[in-house]
Amino acid sequence: MEYQVKNISRDNFEQCIKCTICTVYCPVLSVNPLYPGPKQAGPDGERYRLKAPEFYDKALKMCLNCKRCEVACPSGVRIGDIIQNARIRYDRHPVSLRDRMLASTDEMGAVATKIAPVVNTMLRLGPVKTLMHHIVGIDSRRTFPAYASQTFEHWMNSGAPDQNPFRRQVSYFHGCYVNYNNPALGRDFVTLMNAIGYGVRLLEHERCCGVAKIANRLIGQARRDAEKNLHAIRNSVADGRIVLGTSSTCIFTMRDEYPHILHLDNHDVRDSILLATRFIHQLVDAGNVRLVFRREWKKRVAYHVPCHMQRMGWAVHSLELLKMIPGLELIPIEPGCCGISGTYGFKKENYATSQAVGAELFDSIRGAGVDIVASDCETCKWQIEMSAGVPVENPVSILASALDIDATRRANDI
Amino acid sequence: MKYDSIIIGGGLSGLTAGIRLVSAGKKVAIITSGQSALHFSSGSMSLLNRIDGRQVCDPLQAIATLPPSHPYQKIGVGNIHDFAAEATMILRRAGLDVEGSPEAHRYCLTPFGVWQPAWLTVKDIASCSHPSRCTWRKAAIVNFKGYLDFHPGYLADGLATAGIASESYEIELPQLAALRKSCSGMRAASMARILEGKAVSDLAQAIRKIKSDADVLLLPAVVGLRSDAPANLLASLVDITVRYVPVIPMSVTGVRAEFLMRRRFESLGGAYFLGDSVNKGNFENNRLISVNTVNLGETPLRADEFLIATGSFFSQGLVAKPDAVIEPVFGLDVVQSEKRTSRCDIDFFAPQPYMRFGVVTDSRFRVSRNGSVVTNLRAVGSILSGADSLNEGSGAGIALLTAVAAARQILQ
Repeated sequence: MEYQVKNISRDNFEQCIKCTICTVYCPVLSVNPLYPGPKQAGPDGERYRLKAPEFYDKALKMCLNCKRCEVACPSGVRIGDIIQNARIRYDRHPVSLRDRMLASTDEMGAVATKIAPVVNTMLRLGPVKTLMHHIVGIDSRRTFPAYASQTFEHWMNSGAPDQNPFRRQVSYFHGCYVNYNNPALGRDFVTLMNAIGYGVRLLEHERCCGVAKIANRLIGQARRDAEKNLHAIRNSVADGRIVLGTSSTCIFTMRDEYPHILHLDNHDVRDSILLATRFIHQLVDAGNVRLVFRREWKKRVAYHVPCHMQRMGWAVHSLELLKMIPGLELIPIEPGCCGISGTYGFKKENYATSQAVGAELFDSIRGAGVDIVASDCETCKWQIEMSAGVPVENPVSILASALDIDATRRANDI
Repeated sequence: MKYDSIIIGGGLSGLTAGIRLVSAGKKVAIITSGQSALHFSSGSMSLLNRIDGRQVCDPLQAIATLPPSHPYQKIGVGNIHDFAAEATMILRRAGLDVEGSPEAHRYCLTPFGVWQPAWLTVKDIASCSHPSRCTWRKAAIVNFKGYLDFHPGYLADGLATAGIASESYEIELPQLAALRKSCSGMRAASMARILEGKAVSDLAQAIRKIKSDADVLLLPAVVGLRSDAPANLLASLVDITVRYVPVIPMSVTGVRAEFLMRRRFESLGGAYFLGDSVNKGNFENNRLISVNTVNLGETPLRADEFLIATGSFFSQGLVAKPDAVIEPVFGLDVVQSEKRTSRCDIDFFAPQPYMRFGVVTDSRFRVSRNGSVVTNLRAVGSILSGADSLNEGSGAGIALLTAVAAARQILQ
């Protein structure tokens, strides 16, 4: 028994039995044969890279880090982690200005929200887009998410309903998107949690989860942000508040990329970092909470499983909650990656791959004739809204909009 | 979360049982750690090809001579025929167009040109009722330029043993050229993704240009990753009969089989947890009450009935440790040799004792744990003990029929 444990390496590349199942499910390989594919880029390449760093192949930057290879792998090899760690360890190219800008969601957002109307107008102007395309390298065909004029944190500190009366409290990891672009989702989360008797707190000094910095190899910055977040999460958990999020990627990053990519130990708090839909569904499933929905709320909805949600295996929670809404007609669509993968699809060299990866999903959504698509990931939302022309909402927003708030409060004795 | 039945393992056996149960109106979940060994299936499934190295001509008759510990004997010889018909219907309704009957084999051409007996074959796979009665006189073997996992020479030799003449051709399709930019690009699954719609029309045009008096055209099985639509399109565009020969895995036909079965299961309302593994079972009085998984953590999945279909050594349904062969999910009792040294025969080609290892089950496929029967946990497929599926050519048959048998017992 003991010798087996000692023979398994950090990213367990030697557990690969070369079956090639992962190559069938790689979204990039499906549309771009120049990408070596997960098996070759991951466990196969790792053998060579361990011999000499010169074997590092710059084509590894084509990886979306979607982890679909890991979901498909019957041997449990962390293929995506091997590829990301190889990029971090062996890619010696300096990180470009463009990649630094895209990765700095927190810093850019803090500035942009102060002058949101100006930034939003600018980002829509043809000449600005052309300049960004040619000089910076951000594809001109990409639609930017609009910035809000007031951050979610500002609303929490000044406009939000008083959270003190609630006996039970949680902390909310809102993420950059809710804070700078879509505070409405954060407000929906507060509405929903309050209706089932939970008060919502901000974490002290929340930083970006780090997913964009990891993807753009800004590892030092990502690790500093992650350490601050873990510190805040530990304090919150010590105070009896678990940490909930509404973005599947933020939550996935803090649970799994922190230990696997940033090599930060989070085992003491990992189980206390949850997606809101998982937390709520567990309460409902255990009979501790009841949700009452408005009869007149009626919509045709398709649920898109984001890649990191698939990796976490939690789609069932969002889906089961949505199914509880009586007026919600759930329309099946083909599962698959939407292709944007955070900052990846914004880069002009990736735009074509990004759109080709998602093409089948967009067709499926357009053919489904739905009012809205539900998805737990903000970048999937941008991509699907831009490419399939159907509005996308987080399941938390859909639940909040369909909820009969007063009846729910009564049902839970609030 | 509560289900009527939970199936651990999403391969041929787990999916078959899942479809059968969910069709009967049960609430069913399948938990599967990664994609299954169906990806290596050629598209032909055998019931029983050999006993003790001797070829079997009449599988139903031969099954009656198997020892009582064999899974087929537990199904009941009298049930095999009906259950085989039911399994065939399950595959067909999922969209996998199979043909064959348990009374007599079909014979399929393998990538190495051997005529291999099978119970069911996907209809457009190259097969016949018997090599000596094959109606083909001459075959045109067509490969794609740059595709290395297909060997016309072997096929020509195999066809010759059945008295069939052959000629080889090569087609160059511009759509496939992009794949050749990378040394690993010309893979069956990647080609199948391209060989749809317009590429199929172009392929048909290239086929029509071949001037041959052959009465059958053999292509590598690299068409139709998710349905048989591209193959049907090609058939409608050319005058000659087109048949496909399995290639070195990834098997496009196998990927299609898993895709179609999963879609059937989900469209009937089944819940499919991909990429998750059961890491704990909660037992009470010899009943399995619930399981926990890696992804769902402390959230238990409860059910009245459970099936374990996690496969054999390849899928880690069984794991060989230095001191014992174990079933890693629940620690079920395993039939195995007493000493480690007698697990294997030193002659590689001899029947290997470890192939007959598997979990202990009673006559109703109920497993046992610490010597006691678990009354609501059944094992199906290649995790079962008592069969040497490799030497018998019985793996797919056992997977399908034990799944049907266990599902029926649950529904009784």
